[in-house]
Amino acid sequence: MADATTLLSRPGAAHLADSLRLDMNWLDNLILISYFAVVLGIAFAAKRSVRNSLDFFLSGRSLPAWVTGLAFVSANLGATEILGMAANGAQYGAYTIHWYLIGAIPAMVFLGLVMMPFYYNTKVRSVPEFLLRRFSPSSHVLSAALFAVASVLIAGVNLYALAIVLRALLGWPLPVSILTAGLFVLAYIVIGGLSSAIYNEVLQFFVIVAALVPLTVLGMLRIGGIDGLLAKVNAGPGPQFLTAWGGTGIGQENPLGANWLTITVGLGFAVSFGYWTTNFAEVQRSLSAKNLSAARRTPLIAAFPKMFIPLIVVLPGIIALLIYPQIGKTGGNDYNDAIPLLMRDLLPNGVLGLAVTGLMASFMAGMAANVSSFNTVFTTDIWRPYLKPGMPDEHYLRVGRVVTAVGVLAGMGTAFIAASFSNIMNYLQTLFSFFNVPLFATFILALFWKRMTAKAGFWGLLLGTIAPVAFYAAYQAGVVPISTDQGANMISSIIAFAVDVAVSVPIALAGQPKTAAELEGLVYTRAAARDTGEVAPGDEAWYRRPALLGWGAIVLAAACYVPFSF
Amino acid sequence: MVERDEVAELERRSGTAARLFDVRTVIGGLFVFYGLLIGGAGVFAGDADIAKAQGVNINLWTGIAMLACGALFLLWMRLRPLRGGAE
Repeated sequence: MADATTLLSRPGAAHLADSLRLDMNWLDNLILISYFAVVLGIAFAAKRSVRNSLDFFLSGRSLPAWVTGLAFVSANLGATEILGMAANGAQYGAYTIHWYLIGAIPAMVFLGLVMMPFYYNTKVRSVPEFLLRRFSPSSHVLSAALFAVASVLIAGVNLYALAIVLRALLGWPLPVSILTAGLFVLAYIVIGGLSSAIYNEVLQFFVIVAALVPLTVLGMLRIGGIDGLLAKVNAGPGPQFLTAWGGTGIGQENPLGANWLTITVGLGFAVSFGYWTTNFAEVQRSLSAKNLSAARRTPLIAAFPKMFIPLIVVLPGIIALLIYPQIGKTGGNDYNDAIPLLMRDLLPNGVLGLAVTGLMASFMAGMAANVSSFNTVFTTDIWRPYLKPGMPDEHYLRVGRVVTAVGVLAGMGTAFIAASFSNIMNYLQTLFSFFNVPLFATFILALFWKRMTAKAGFWGLLLGTIAPVAFYAAYQAGVVPISTDQGANMISSIIAFAVDVAVSVPIALAGQPKTAAELEGLVYTRAAARDTGEVAPGDEAWYRRPALLGWGAIVLAAACYVPFSF
Repeated sequence: MVERDEVAELERRSGTAARLFDVRTVIGGLFVFYGLLIGGAGVFAGDADIAKAQGVNINLWTGIAMLACGALFLLWMRLRPLRGGAE
């Protein structure tokens, strides 16, 4: 799932034009097919490392930090994200970088520096399992069930998005794309487990970069370099298009429909911290790292590529608008067509095949991130504690494999349903973008407040999930006046956070907190935060120190705003 | 904590650290392969291809860059192997 906006939550996604058909030759097809072969090769090679359920669900907690770090970026770099963010670039211009800087970096650093010691040292296998230890089964079941259902639906929506893109670009019928991509994802996770998913994500990261860099370079050449870009922006959409904060004063107008307060509190705090710190599809990558130091460095290493991704995603979107001024206007292409249009018109055979492969890779990896986190949560948080406890480990390993297949098949079914009810799917997709916010609010209370109780955790989570859904429904019905979906999304998230806290605090104060012994390692104390865990040789090197990496990322992200702030 | 001990036990018996291959092999190998394919297309690029790509032989440059990137991964793997060696 993308941070807040994805291809399908954008209007018109189901209508990618047929005029986008790419002229693929044998070389392009060879590049694409060899990628599929490598994906399966990775799965079979990873299979021999899967000895028990921990290998299957968390790669035996033994991967190096650079691998988990790049997988952390890739899990969020699905093709819906790439095409959707390029579309945002074409529609809103430089405002889109908020999703990469304030909307990601602080939360990733917070996860690495503050929260990871609690996730990793308690040896939990999933985010919901932490709630079980800290609270009780009620909030555990609630969050595990919400996550499982959301993951399957999102996997299905992604699969549907893939199918409509492939129909437009390659002329593949929808069922062919859904079956091919779905079965590939199913195969490589059932066979190789999380290691297979993570290795494919790392490979995907490099393929995506290799695919998008030539596209961006040629796009820049086409519009005459930076001078040409500035001249065309001033002549076309106007200079405000290249600012991130222009017109975001309260009461001012800007294309995003959000002011600085909703951007910082809504996107920068509620949406972003919810997504990056409690979404298990992301946190799982950190938990598979080999020791606490590597787990903490996972999101911190990811922060550095993350802040430069707009250069190869948002910038092409802006370039596309300048080359094709009709985008987004009646009679012209949709904003979602930004990257496909550039691919069609700028890439000769060869790099064209590479670009199609990159899109395909990112679709599969995005879906694989959902599926590999789904099978873990279902098996360790639902099946094992409540349905069939006390079985030997081989049983849970087998269940993990079966559930993977069930999850993918359910996702494929969702994709077929989405093909007939795409509006409902758009709506669901947006709802899921703030599902993690109440979870984050509950986590903050659980970690930093000893008095927080299980009962408060459950009700806060439940009402914190229902309230923003009700608000968003009111916005959809036209009862609440907000000019854009993005703006409504940010405010929904603020409501989710506020309701969760407002419900939890009084209930907790009225109840009896757990004893200090029961809370050992689960609540923030200076000793628990300073526990460095097992130290591997070389971890003390300055460039591996979490604090330096984290604060370095914050400073660099702030510096990235400078060119877009005046 | 029962679950905690169990995870620690599974971690001890895990096969990943000892048996999982090095992902750098795959990245390096695939990039060298793609570099040769795409670079090869650049060597034999027609005028139409170059005109489409704004007068740049983009296949050649992309191919060279991917080849170099793939070689770096293989070199890195040779210098700092995953198991054994200095670590």
